[in-house]
Amino acid sequence: MKNKFLGSSITTLSALSALIIVLAVVVVMGEIMLGGWSTLTWEFLTGAPKEGMTSGGIFPAIFGTFLLVIIMSIIGVPVGTITAIYLSEYASQKSFLARMIRFAVNTLAGVPAIVFGLFGLGFFIQFVGSGIDKTFYGTQLKWGQPNILWASVTMALLTLPVVIVSVEEAIKTVPRELREASLALGATKLQTIWKVVLPNSITGILTGGILAVSRGAGEVAPILFTGAAYFLPHLPTELSDQFMELGYHIYIMSTQSPDVEATRGIQYATTLVLLLLTFGLNFSAIFLRYKLRSRAIR
Amino acid sequence: MKQIILFTITAILAFGFMESNEIITVKGSDTMVILAQRWAEEYMRKHPETTIQITGGGSGTGISALINGTTDICNSSRPMKQSEKEKLKQRYNTLGVEIKTAKDGLAVYVHESNPVKELSLEQIKNIYTGKITNWKQLGGNDAKIILYSRENNSGTYVYFKDNVLDGDDFAPNAQNMPGTAAVVNAIAKDKNGIGYGGAAYAKGIKFLKIKKDANSIAYEPTTENVKSGDYPISRYLYLYTRSRPTGALKEFIDWILSIEGQAIVTKVGYFPVR
Amino acid sequence: MKNQLGRNRKNLLHKKFRWSEFLAEKLITLTAFISFVFIVLIFIFVFREAAPIFSSEEKKVSLIQAGEVQETYGDVEENNSPITSNQTSALETSGSEGDASLSNLTGTEWQPVSEVPKYGLLPLILGSLKVTLIAIFLAAPIAILAALFTAMFAPRWAKELLKPAIEILAGFPSVVIGFFALIVLATFVQNLFGFEYRLNAFVGGLAMSLAVIPIVFTISEDALTAVPKHLSEASLALGATKWQTALFVVLPAATPGIFAAILLGIGRAFGETMIVLMATGNAAIFSTQIVEPVRTMSATIGAEMAEVVFGETHYNVLFLIGALLFLFTFTLNAIAEIFIRQRLMKKFSGN
Repeated sequence: MKNKFLGSSITTLSALSALIIVLAVVVVMGEIMLGGWSTLTWEFLTGAPKEGMTSGGIFPAIFGTFLLVIIMSIIGVPVGTITAIYLSEYASQKSFLARMIRFAVNTLAGVPAIVFGLFGLGFFIQFVGSGIDKTFYGTQLKWGQPNILWASVTMALLTLPVVIVSVEEAIKTVPRELREASLALGATKLQTIWKVVLPNSITGILTGGILAVSRGAGEVAPILFTGAAYFLPHLPTELSDQFMELGYHIYIMSTQSPDVEATRGIQYATTLVLLLLTFGLNFSAIFLRYKLRSRAIR
Repeated sequence: MKQIILFTITAILAFGFMESNEIITVKGSDTMVILAQRWAEEYMRKHPETTIQITGGGSGTGISALINGTTDICNSSRPMKQSEKEKLKQRYNTLGVEIKTAKDGLAVYVHESNPVKELSLEQIKNIYTGKITNWKQLGGNDAKIILYSRENNSGTYVYFKDNVLDGDDFAPNAQNMPGTAAVVNAIAKDKNGIGYGGAAYAKGIKFLKIKKDANSIAYEPTTENVKSGDYPISRYLYLYTRSRPTGALKEFIDWILSIEGQAIVTKVGYFPVR
Repeated sequence: MKNQLGRNRKNLLHKKFRWSEFLAEKLITLTAFISFVFIVLIFIFVFREAAPIFSSEEKKVSLIQAGEVQETYGDVEENNSPITSNQTSALETSGSEGDASLSNLTGTEWQPVSEVPKYGLLPLILGSLKVTLIAIFLAAPIAILAALFTAMFAPRWAKELLKPAIEILAGFPSVVIGFFALIVLATFVQNLFGFEYRLNAFVGGLAMSLAVIPIVFTISEDALTAVPKHLSEASLALGATKWQTALFVVLPAATPGIFAAILLGIGRAFGETMIVLMATGNAAIFSTQIVEPVRTMSATIGAEMAEVVFGETHYNVLFLIGALLFLFTFTLNAIAEIFIRQRLMKKFSGN
């Protein structure tokens, strides 16, 4: 009798927990949808902030976010892909080097975002940037300050583990027979990787890139002091320019805007845009991964 | 995909070439970025030959940029620190030039339902240093006072601490909000809250009248009262340059101090200096 | 697998040495090494910027002579206002850097902008711990039970509802959760419980649990489904009910994995910045009350770093906080990894 009660309560509790999670997602999504939908117009997406950021659109923030993730991907995806190739094709699983790299990737995945921000400031801006300035520009300060390049590099570092894990997973699904066939036909290892392994794991690389982009678009802490700007009258034109970013825009609009009431709609709509962006990216990644898995089964 | 990349590159290049001859860079206080942006917009409309670039980042960031030579003008919501002048002196053998461009009345706000209408500076100091903890002590309801302050890196925080708290530390339970909006937002939702900041407007809050001491008259932070100096908590908003402005820079600054430039100050919600 | 492949080939025919292959391999190895290099660099640079705290202080000599005054331009007639901030030299509390001796760092007051700056880290550490514990106490039971539900009881449709929900939750940028907590959740919680402070450690922890749930869920579910089938089948065959199997067979077998999940969840909560920055009120109170505002380590860095003068003591102390954060999460992850590996070992030996 008592056991039966325990049994049903365990089952109920676990189902209830699952329900709570689903409800939480629905509530957060619903609140932001309802709050932001009416403000979300074409003008909002394509206009610049106006009247002291109390009206107008968020185009510079959208542009900045895209620029950030593009530069980030250009840096991060190749490095991540090559690392994954090394880990799955070259390194023996027990070699010290491979274990060290794996450990580094895992550690990198666990470092708090804000620490990446500190590192970006301490290393890229204060050390590398200032170093470049001292060598090439004399006392002129060009690279030794927050800008979109350093923000992107910092973000690339943060998202590197995402790319590596995803690409490695994809490479693993390439059938061994394909590799063997290629090698048997006299192709070298490099040729095999280039012509057989990589083309067959392109979905994985794409998935990794998309997941990284979605993560990068949503993180704010690493760019707080490596390049995001409160407001810029112009779009960034050079790698040494600062930029506006969606997540950062949400943060400042909800905490620092001069008129909270007037900007309520903007805050919600910006949040909605960011959510839609990350979801769009995540879902395409999920879809790609699904396709990948089904191929693996085949 | 290729097309997107191509488009982006073209866009970046296109923006890159859209530069005219005279470029003035302005960097600094987030409080002033909107004001500076309005000035720039208006000035560039009248003087198309000049391009003015504005970046925020904070007063400290702006002053660092001035020291480092990456900006022509730094705007700051606090006066320059001794250590910063020291650095300017070291690099350029100048202490920099200070230009007062606007006045900002620091309002003290409470929830609209709060029966307390006015406070003296002494009382505000005691509230924020933790000596007065209940609204009853000030003639209000019997409720704990919830303190809202600003982050300790903001010019507003430093100003309030130096001039209202006479340099004393804030009580540790004062909540540090990252910006004026966050303070206003919090007060509007907190019946027992008190906060300070720029004259931002929102539903649900009211400005307290402030008096210099217990016996003087209390004033509201209106334009006249701030301008006349009757309202006791006001600060200047500054521009800094490395040396005495000349050429295009001088023209721009003179314009800021002209009637036109000062009219924009009023429009943005600060108070003109002349 | 690949090595075996290589070895087989070596046996069959002599591998010809090719420069291109050799260089490519070296280049690939070098690139793969980047991750490791950067972990080391993060270590070095975060600590490097924190290090000056511990070195002896050098006194700075003032270059400004007495009586030298900053120039002004376009001045206006001074009003007789007694309090205006033109008293540059009279009062300058923000000017002093203060020292960061060990006794100051272990103090209970965080007042970095003051006549005598106080860099007491204890309230910040306590604040981070408070929020983290609240978050994990809220998130872990829900996430683990939900994982148990998916792994053991859930009908197909429920799984197909829960999985995307978790993916969506994991995809929420933390700034979005912070925004939601600041605008909606804080008011809701205050109305519900009548807290004195609208923004407090509990609200922060509650919001944080949203960020922690996906991590704990995913890893727990992984651990639960990795429990060898023959164990649960044996249990069921012996006449145990489904829930008995779940509770007494599967759950204990997955304990190391679940423990790792909790540790990783703690690591995430401890390092998360935007949520706490927006939703906790950021007051450095040294108390154990959970309904009071708190200031966490990560939020302190996020809020103060942007405007601090580079190279000053305050700047160094913020880096020290970052270094502590790094060390803490690093240790947690290392421990978690040991547990996960143990679980894998068990799984393999079980087979």
